[in-house]
Amino acid sequence: MAIIEVADLGKRYGPKVAVDEVSFTVEEGEIFGILGPNGAGKTTTVECVEGMRVPDRGTIRVDGLDPRRDRAELRQRMGVQLQESQLPERIKVREALDLYSSFYPNPADWRELMARLGLEGQRDAEFGKLSGGQKQRLSVALALVGRPRIAVLDELTTGLDPQARRDTWDLIEGIRDSGVTVLLVTHFMEEAERLCDRLAVIDAGRVVAIDTPAGLVSRVDSEQRVRFRPSRPVDEALFRELDEVTDVRLHGGQFVITGRGNLLHAVTSVLARNQVVASELRIDQASLDDAFVSLTTKK
Amino acid sequence: MLKLVQVEAKLFLREGASVVFALLFPTVLLLVLGAIPALRTPDPLFGGLRFIDGYAGTLVVITLAFLGLQRVPTALATYRERGVLRRLGTTPLHPGKLLAAQLLVNLAAAVVSVVLVVAVGKLVFGIDLPHHLVGFTVAILLGAASLFAFGLVIAALASTAKSAAGWATVAFMLIMFFGGAYLPRFLLPDVINTVGQYLPPGVAALQDSWVGTAPSPLHLAVMAVIALFAGTVAARTFRWE
Repeated sequence: MAIIEVADLGKRYGPKVAVDEVSFTVEEGEIFGILGPNGAGKTTTVECVEGMRVPDRGTIRVDGLDPRRDRAELRQRMGVQLQESQLPERIKVREALDLYSSFYPNPADWRELMARLGLEGQRDAEFGKLSGGQKQRLSVALALVGRPRIAVLDELTTGLDPQARRDTWDLIEGIRDSGVTVLLVTHFMEEAERLCDRLAVIDAGRVVAIDTPAGLVSRVDSEQRVRFRPSRPVDEALFRELDEVTDVRLHGGQFVITGRGNLLHAVTSVLARNQVVASELRIDQASLDDAFVSLTTKK
Repeated sequence: MLKLVQVEAKLFLREGASVVFALLFPTVLLLVLGAIPALRTPDPLFGGLRFIDGYAGTLVVITLAFLGLQRVPTALATYRERGVLRRLGTTPLHPGKLLAAQLLVNLAAAVVSVVLVVAVGKLVFGIDLPHHLVGFTVAILLGAASLFAFGLVIAALASTAKSAAGWATVAFMLIMFFGGAYLPRFLLPDVINTVGQYLPPGVAALQDSWVGTAPSPLHLAVMAVIALFAGTVAARTFRWE
């Protein structure tokens, strides 16, 4: 069942078109990613979903509500983590959680939330003294303290170190597993690939693709590359005659074979037939990165 | 809302220097001035009163001007600049309540500071307790309302925390000058004192209700009108982000 429906959304700031035409639906209980280069219109799109901005065109329904008209009711059901938004420097972690929980009629137990997000050690620390990762975790905690049905997280892991980023990802999966629908804005491929059940790729204010991460990767008409070092010299021609192979190169004893389809199997079969052992075997395949670049650059 | 006021009060108290200044400065100033013998002797130059009696209303002006023109606008402009207001806008709380909480906390600080200066004035220098207690209370409330509303207008119109602080400082200097903080009012030319009577927070009404008989209803009414007008302008122009 769709919990968020966005149809023909359009928004411009003066002469600048931020969102040209964006439509997508988010199913209940999934992590839905909005992926795109900087300035593609991701944040404007989610701000319209949050009811923070008035779209010029299009319709938005969130959990059956109109984000502008039913703003007050939506605030109860949606938790928002904004890009680059802060708290007062000197507010303590527990005070912020206690305060935000007082805004909701049926809040989560903020002490439990604080423990779940690993902030217990910082309960008396002031916001200004927290590390980047701790600030982000507090921000997520504040987005969740009202027991929302939907959480919107914008550029959640920007500026975090790799470990903090991975911890945050575990956290988001935990949120999804507790039944909250997550709308995640990101420009990190690795994050999108790891977390999202489905993704909308937005470029220049338009949706260029909506699919699972694997589905997006498979759209790229990709070449694979197999590299290895044979245990004894092998004739290049043995590989050239394979249907799957498009190119064979030999650099200083290392083969680089490019091709399509079941390339690895075809190459290893030849090696096995000739009793050659391949060492340093590596396969380069298309990633979400390649898919993203090919989706957002071809015009 | 109660929790919000509590948190804002705690945050206010954690701003060490500004708390000391806002709450203690008028009292400290009174003690310093009162330590000079000439200033605690009645003199025709001081209108037949002692200097410190003639300066009483100004001490209240200093408190209100500091809170209304330094604390309120910079605190709110900083909240806006740092996205605190925007963040609150995503919750069921109306951000207007944050403004209300800010004003309440600053008003409470003003009351504490004034009570302190009145008490020290009475106990140390024998300055009379406010002659017209109701008038004094009304004058403080209206004075605070008019000046805080002025501070809100600055917070509303300034684009950054820095420019808010800049404008607020200019306004602060003017209000302090017309309120007799730099040169006592009995030394100021009549024309400046006349203007000062009608500028927030209404030094004449404060002075008259403390050591005089009663505040002039006209002075109070002008403060009420300024508070309403500035408050409306602030509400119309305030941006949450």
